[in-house]
Amino acid sequence: MNRTSHRLALIPGAALLALALAACGGAEAGSDTGSGADTSASGSVAVDGSSTVYPMSVAAGELLNEENPDVEVTVGEAGTGGGFEAFCADQTDVSDASRPIEEDEVAACEKAGVEYTELQVATDALTVVVHPDLDVDCLTVDQLVQLWAPDSEVANWNELDPSFPDEEISLFGPGTDSGTYDYMAAEVIDPDAEEPATRSDYEASEDDNVLVQGVAGTEGATGYFGYTYYEENSDSLKALGIDSGNGCVEPSADTAQAGEYTPLARPLFIYLNNAKYNDNEATKAYVDYYIENLEEIAEVGQFIPLSDDLYGETQSALEGLSG
Amino acid sequence: MSIAATTAREVTERLATGRSKDRGVGSMVFLGLLWFSLFFGVVVLLALIVSTVIKGAPRFDGELLTNYTSVVRPETAGFRAGILGSLWLMLFTALLAVPLGIAAALYLQEFADSDRPWNRFVEVNLQNLAAVPSIVYGLLAVAVMALLGFDRTGIVLGGALALALLILPVIIITTREAVRAVPREMRDGSLALGATVWQTTWKQTLPSAIPGIATGTILGLSRAIGEAAPLVVVGLASSVTFDPAGMLSQITALPMQIYSLTSQSREELRQAASAAIIVLLVMVLGLNALAIFIRNKFQRSW
Repeated sequence: MNRTSHRLALIPGAALLALALAACGGAEAGSDTGSGADTSASGSVAVDGSSTVYPMSVAAGELLNEENPDVEVTVGEAGTGGGFEAFCADQTDVSDASRPIEEDEVAACEKAGVEYTELQVATDALTVVVHPDLDVDCLTVDQLVQLWAPDSEVANWNELDPSFPDEEISLFGPGTDSGTYDYMAAEVIDPDAEEPATRSDYEASEDDNVLVQGVAGTEGATGYFGYTYYEENSDSLKALGIDSGNGCVEPSADTAQAGEYTPLARPLFIYLNNAKYNDNEATKAYVDYYIENLEEIAEVGQFIPLSDDLYGETQSALEGLSG
Repeated sequence: MSIAATTAREVTERLATGRSKDRGVGSMVFLGLLWFSLFFGVVVLLALIVSTVIKGAPRFDGELLTNYTSVVRPETAGFRAGILGSLWLMLFTALLAVPLGIAAALYLQEFADSDRPWNRFVEVNLQNLAAVPSIVYGLLAVAVMALLGFDRTGIVLGGALALALLILPVIIITTREAVRAVPREMRDGSLALGATVWQTTWKQTLPSAIPGIATGTILGLSRAIGEAAPLVVVGLASSVTFDPAGMLSQITALPMQIYSLTSQSREELRQAASAAIIVLLVMVLGLNALAIFIRNKFQRSW
């Protein structure tokens, strides 16, 4: 009989243990408010959102932890849209975004009473790449739009320009959940469209490495993605110059920073929950560090650092908050 | 097993072991097709493992296990947070699912009257639950967490809840099988000596069924450890740079980290992901080996 009661005791015992652990965790999570100097800040910061900005936000946390290991940073990759969903439900402190916040998301934030600040953290050059053997070096913006427009039926390079080779086009691009897709549809193809879109008869993947392999392995192929992925694979891909009226401009850090690589140079943002910045010393420490060391973080994340003007704007936006 | 399947197995067994006198063309072609199917499956698996090992080869070092993920120094990126996170998830998944699963199975097998329509309804739906796509359990876990009033769901409790829901039907079904395999005579003997039904179940039936239950549970857990989809839905972060400290601690899991790193642009991070795939594979194989060991060591035949 005695043995029975011992074994029976195991089940509530396990439950007790679980409760005790829960209580400990709760106490810890509760202690992350208060104020203090940056270097002594502790607590947790939840970041989620765009997988494009993800490396930068991870790098910021990592570099901050070298100076102050007490700030616990978690970074997720729910995508820009998924990130805003959690952000406007007050579940995260900082949201990574590869496009500006959209109207319905603004409404969601307002409804939940979440006030936020938009901070531009870097520039990305959306790069249009082709198979390295293709004899095309430059596209005008009109040709790019003609190729990717929702009703486009362009199937051969020489339909875009008679001087282009007679070769079938295979298209690769990011899926519709991606901020990169949204940027292409809304900022390049048709800024006035009610529901921006690109054509849909292309090979889509959320994993840019798949796009790289697709374009590099298919003759006549073209696709678009962030500059980083071109930079890492520049030996197996060819980047096209983009002509927006002032001649052909190659994607590069310089042209993007100087504002010459239009309209494909796109801003990358973090959105900051104002209340969390002011109340949670960990969030404040993290974002302050992020913006202070923005150039280094952008380089580690392999993005193009902001020009001095834009950096000044980001800094003053943040300063406005702590006042 | 249907008659057709039984016959087919007998035929192939005889053919494959050379014990058959049947050398007809049809039989030989059939045998050839079976061998090809086996060959195909094994070759695909081998190719996958070998290519992953080759890709991950530069990163089989201690740092892979002891470092946190790193963008600043991708060549030393590690999976400490993911491995610990997965272990914590397994612990709490087991704590949530095993007692509940065993209790439910015992009730259904030993106490419930299977002629009652609602018990039959429960049984049928258990089978259905086992076939539900894992991502659905993630959604369910998010809903439960929201009801409980948690605003951050990417924590140990949230992940464990999703995985526990996922493996609960598996545990119930395997436990029922194990309990059913305990011979009627053991129960009758116990009852004849004056034990109550409860004492019989607790002291005779359940201990005899433990090897089977343990095997089923471990196989369930080894399925859960490789799941990423429900954890993505629950909102686990993919980059965490601290160890889990409690049930409400934010965590990541090994499959989540692998999923995240394979889509990074840096070659080093993708290499680390390949190496981590092997780590995950070793963990799953380890669990399965433990299940086989327990089965062989403690299995009784009546």
